[in-house]
Amino acid sequence: MQTCSGKGYLEMNRTLKTLLALCLFAPALAWAATAVNLDRAPDRSGDNAALQNGAKLFVNYCLSCHGASGIRYNRLMELGLTKEQIEDNLIFTSDKIGSPMRVAMRHDEAKKWLGVAPLDLSLIARARGSADGSGADWLYTYLRSFYRDDTRPTGWNNHAFDSVGMPHILYQMQETLTADKYDEQVADLVGFLVWMGEPQAGFRKNLGIGILLFLVVLLAVSYALKKEYWKDVH
Amino acid sequence: MMATQSNYEKYKSDGSYLGNTLEWFDARFPLTSIWRAHLSEYYAPKNFDFWYYFGSLALLVLVIQIATGIFLAMHYKPDAALNADGLPIAFASVSYIMNDVSWGWFIRYMHSTGATAFFVVVYLHMFRAMLYGSYRKPRELLWIFGVLIFLCLMAEAFMGYLLPWGQMSYWGAQVIVNLFGAIPIVGDPLTVWIRGDFVIGDAALNRFFALHVAAIPLVLVGLVAAHLLALHENGSLNPDGIEINKLKNEKGIPLDGIPFHPYYTVKDIVGVAVFLMIFFAVICFAPEGGGYLLEYNNFFPADPMKTPAHIAPVWYFTPFYSMLRAMVWDFFWLDAKFWGVVAMGGGVIILAFLPWLDRSPAYSIKYRGPIFKTLLTIFVIGFLILGYLGTKLPGYKFFGIGLLDGDVIAQIFTLYYFLFFLTMPVWSKMDKCKPVPERVTWK
Repeated sequence: MQTCSGKGYLEMNRTLKTLLALCLFAPALAWAATAVNLDRAPDRSGDNAALQNGAKLFVNYCLSCHGASGIRYNRLMELGLTKEQIEDNLIFTSDKIGSPMRVAMRHDEAKKWLGVAPLDLSLIARARGSADGSGADWLYTYLRSFYRDDTRPTGWNNHAFDSVGMPHILYQMQETLTADKYDEQVADLVGFLVWMGEPQAGFRKNLGIGILLFLVVLLAVSYALKKEYWKDVH
Repeated sequence: MMATQSNYEKYKSDGSYLGNTLEWFDARFPLTSIWRAHLSEYYAPKNFDFWYYFGSLALLVLVIQIATGIFLAMHYKPDAALNADGLPIAFASVSYIMNDVSWGWFIRYMHSTGATAFFVVVYLHMFRAMLYGSYRKPRELLWIFGVLIFLCLMAEAFMGYLLPWGQMSYWGAQVIVNLFGAIPIVGDPLTVWIRGDFVIGDAALNRFFALHVAAIPLVLVGLVAAHLLALHENGSLNPDGIEINKLKNEKGIPLDGIPFHPYYTVKDIVGVAVFLMIFFAVICFAPEGGGYLLEYNNFFPADPMKTPAHIAPVWYFTPFYSMLRAMVWDFFWLDAKFWGVVAMGGGVIILAFLPWLDRSPAYSIKYRGPIFKTLLTIFVIGFLILGYLGTKLPGYKFFGIGLLDGDVIAQIFTLYYFLFFLTMPVWSKMDKCKPVPERVTWK
């Protein structure tokens, strides 16, 4: 009776497992198929000098209207800054070093004055991700896509964000710098926005390597244990 | 078949402190009898294959979700009011967990990735039952408990997804709760009753939190216990789809059975190690899963005034979401939306009838005929395509080709999904099965 081997079944099983593997890659295929029209943002992760510059640009240009309430000032020490450097150069308000990066303007007042309250930017680099590119790509494209438009109340419009409410805040910087230099500055700022979205991202990746190394050992030991126990199963 | 407590002798101490303690406990609690009945003298077939890892893995993920969930609940605040920064308090509390709570980001990613892992292992676990006929007599009730667990999981995942109070949380809940409005007569009052308001708001957030952290987990754990007890009543089936209890040795031990402990406990640890490697690789290297695990738009706080252009459920709901959207016709004076809800709910409920729809003489795919193998393969492909299309906007075309219209393809595979089950009593009987062996095949 044991002659009915499951040969056809084994092939079936293989096909099923292949299908399973294909499923894992399906999202990647879908990604490849979408149209790409965003510029790719240079990667600034781990580049503390660039991120410090990004932090400087952020507190000077963005923080007057946009908060980053998810991040406390003292987290900037993770970018290689000292407590004194942060207090002397990056905190313009009466905030303490342990305070979140808040806007002085109250949310409901901002709404009244500007029509729409400026977004909190703590998570903006994560929120702007899409099938077209990362959130960094979107921000990098957006901050370099402002153009003059007299039909808009601010006099500005944007190719990446039609009828945008925000005027071109970096306008003077773009006027005075060469195109390449301006792109570098924007890349630093975007790099900082990405960092704020997940300050522990670098640590997370390192931790992952540690966890996987541990699990490789666990796998080896548990596999040897299983082999040993199953020796007497016939 | 199942050993009752009185079958086992009580533990006798060897005089050591540990022995004395054990004897004291065993005289007052069925400690060794539970251990022996459910682990060391619970016999499982020796020929379990790859597909048998997912039951124990589902249990592991349940523990991970409960443990991480408890720590998240210590810091999370279900409050839709705006804080001084103009952010909803619930949304900001998740941000607080990610940035300010020690290891909060790790616990949160474990929980969000755990939701996806739960559905991955449960889908594979259910598929194993379809491969080998695990739901067949006398395991119908075991299977029904499983379907109820799946339903509970869907409710749990849906309500949990509202809690971060992002744009997708908010609008996803809005869309799904509105579906109940399609039910004739009682629909509208029903949606108001579910939300506790005319829109998704603070009331819905608070009750979803209560249901997510207390009510549904309690039911879920109870159902898992019932599922395991029902499993241990008749024991596991196996890749050959035959009962090992028919052939026993003189001591009453199945010839093809081995004690669950230590054999399957050590084997399952191997599965756990592989699973954890994938699980932590996702957490540490791709916690957003390319927008499939944590949707990008959900990093924007919920805004009732701004409807997103594309509201897509998370991947594990998309096959059933596709079935919902596939229904575009009004039948019997009832709205297409109502039939969509019927299709979506029916797609899950129909699974419960599988033990009675399947009339094949052989239980396992190993001995079943070409009709089953062909139809099951198409079923799997169809289900995956439905899942893929559920993540896309209506009007999606495969490779941009007009002929490969996603909406039509979703309708075809929705029809196929139901026909596969409804016609099963006919074709499962017709299929040419191979003779089934008496003993399990192995190695």
